[in-house]
Amino acid sequence: MDELNQSFESKPTALFRRKKKVPQAFDRLLAPSAETRQEWGGKLVSCLAILLIGGLVLTLFAFLINKGLALFTTNKFSLGEFLTSTDWRPSHHHYGALPMITTSFAVTVLAGVLALPLALVSAIAITELLPNWVYRVLQPVIELLVGIPSVVYGYVGLTVIVPQLGRMFGGTGFGILAATCVLFLMILPTMTSMTIDNLRQVPKQYRLASAGLGATRWQTISRVVVPSAKSGILTAMVFGMARAFGEALAVQMVIGNAAIMPAGLMSSSATLTSVLTTGIGNTVMGTVSNNALWSLALLLLLMSLAFNLVLRLISRKGVR
Amino acid sequence: MRPEKTDKLATGLILLFAGITGLAVLGFLAYLLVTGLPHVSWHFLLSPAKAFQSGGGIRDQLFNSLYLVVLTMLVSVPLALCAAIYLSEYAAQNRLTAAIRLAVEVLGSLPSVVIGLFGYLVFVLQFGLDFSLLAGALVLTILNLPILTRSFEDALQQVPALQRQAGLGLGMSKWRVTTKIVLPGALPGTITGMILSAGRVFGEAAALIYTAGQSAPAVDYGNWNPFSPTSFLNPLRPAETLAVHIWKVNSEGLVPDARAVSNGAAAVLIITILLFNLLARLIGYLVKRRFAK
Repeated sequence: MDELNQSFESKPTALFRRKKKVPQAFDRLLAPSAETRQEWGGKLVSCLAILLIGGLVLTLFAFLINKGLALFTTNKFSLGEFLTSTDWRPSHHHYGALPMITTSFAVTVLAGVLALPLALVSAIAITELLPNWVYRVLQPVIELLVGIPSVVYGYVGLTVIVPQLGRMFGGTGFGILAATCVLFLMILPTMTSMTIDNLRQVPKQYRLASAGLGATRWQTISRVVVPSAKSGILTAMVFGMARAFGEALAVQMVIGNAAIMPAGLMSSSATLTSVLTTGIGNTVMGTVSNNALWSLALLLLLMSLAFNLVLRLISRKGVR
Repeated sequence: MRPEKTDKLATGLILLFAGITGLAVLGFLAYLLVTGLPHVSWHFLLSPAKAFQSGGGIRDQLFNSLYLVVLTMLVSVPLALCAAIYLSEYAAQNRLTAAIRLAVEVLGSLPSVVIGLFGYLVFVLQFGLDFSLLAGALVLTILNLPILTRSFEDALQQVPALQRQAGLGLGMSKWRVTTKIVLPGALPGTITGMILSAGRVFGEAAALIYTAGQSAPAVDYGNWNPFSPTSFLNPLRPAETLAVHIWKVNSEGLVPDARAVSNGAAAVLIITILLFNLLARLIGYLVKRRFAK
């Protein structure tokens, strides 16, 4: 006993020296239990998994930035010309990305602006005006629509919308308007379902208080419910637009794929994504025209980061 | 009287526009099913696609899509589950955690074509996998990880903190609490999340055209050796999926009955996604009922 006490009172280094001397039972008391080892193992594995995901994101950025900058570093093409020139002819070494940037933004903004009011109206109708069973019936339908692959939207655009537009406005029907229609159809369910979620999150007391003050249903909706869900509704819109901006195949099928500055809603043009999908397979790795495509991919990456930033700003600003 | 009139007018207008939107969207769904279902038959589902003639089926594409879902899930579920456990149970509230959360969120917001190009660069060219099921599955894993991680983390967070405290109070380690108490409690949420993300993987195309490839070579469904090049299980063969098939048939225009093939394939895609959704709901419902007892 005395010996034990002494060793406890002695300097910390004694702890290590004791290991050799004292009986095994004491050793096992200080050794980590099976439980502790399991805990370390589990923690290590889960930590590795999350680090892997983090590393993956870093690698992805490193690769795409490296590839995307090659046009400006190795091929010495001017960044200003890339961003402002409207001439995209890889065969003549003209790499002006402005037509694609413009078209991408045009279709995205048009689709978002068209879809917002309709998504909002549908969401208001479902949450505020119609009885609850309608929501229960429609919810699976909306979920299904959200889950429909974008290729299917593109296919319907190609076989129904494009010929219809061609008949209505003349020409082939391919172009910005067709792409807008397809994207509008594609993001409408997503935006509606997000808006519904946001409207349902508005506390019931707000509506009761408003009704208690003698407000009509429309007054309650327009002055209480919608304003307090404002940031959520905006989030839904930007989210939908971000999805539209990054959509590749559905747009590629209906936009006509001519990398020229769009002259109107019915003119054939090309977005960043559609040029990428058609081009990457037709160019040789490492050539200048291939590097130019990777620069477009980098641009797309940066734009989706920008959308992400906007989303964060909106949702941080408007918490009520 | 004016507010009441405005109210009536606004309500009417909202219902009108919502109705039009709803009808348009339902019409879209109905159009897909009405034009597609007549083409769906056992012959269509079970015969191989034809490159230049009409009358081709979607057997290989359908199998490739399903196989790709399985491969993707095999890689992404354990990874996402571990990551979600870390974020939900272990992560401290600090800058590093915030940065990792941000990274996962950014990864989830990237366009699938960008992720597909990254996969082309790294898996297809760098790792030398060529256009293969494996490269496709890895790309889909990247696409899937953020969604899965988020839904798993949500499911884990739904388990009441009291249950964790009870476990810890009995002297269980945190890891044991997680695996024995939290995970079983979060099971319905995780299964639902898995099925829903499987639906998304099933319909993905943009990320696959340069990773899993755009061709479906003939495979032997009797050859169960995954290392044989003709085996249907070989993960190193190029594999065109159903969604890619719709895109390719329409953009190349070599198949005379492209309309019929894509109508049928679109209907099959939608019905499969519908089945995924219904399955997710059914499981959620069943498990909820069991817990309620």
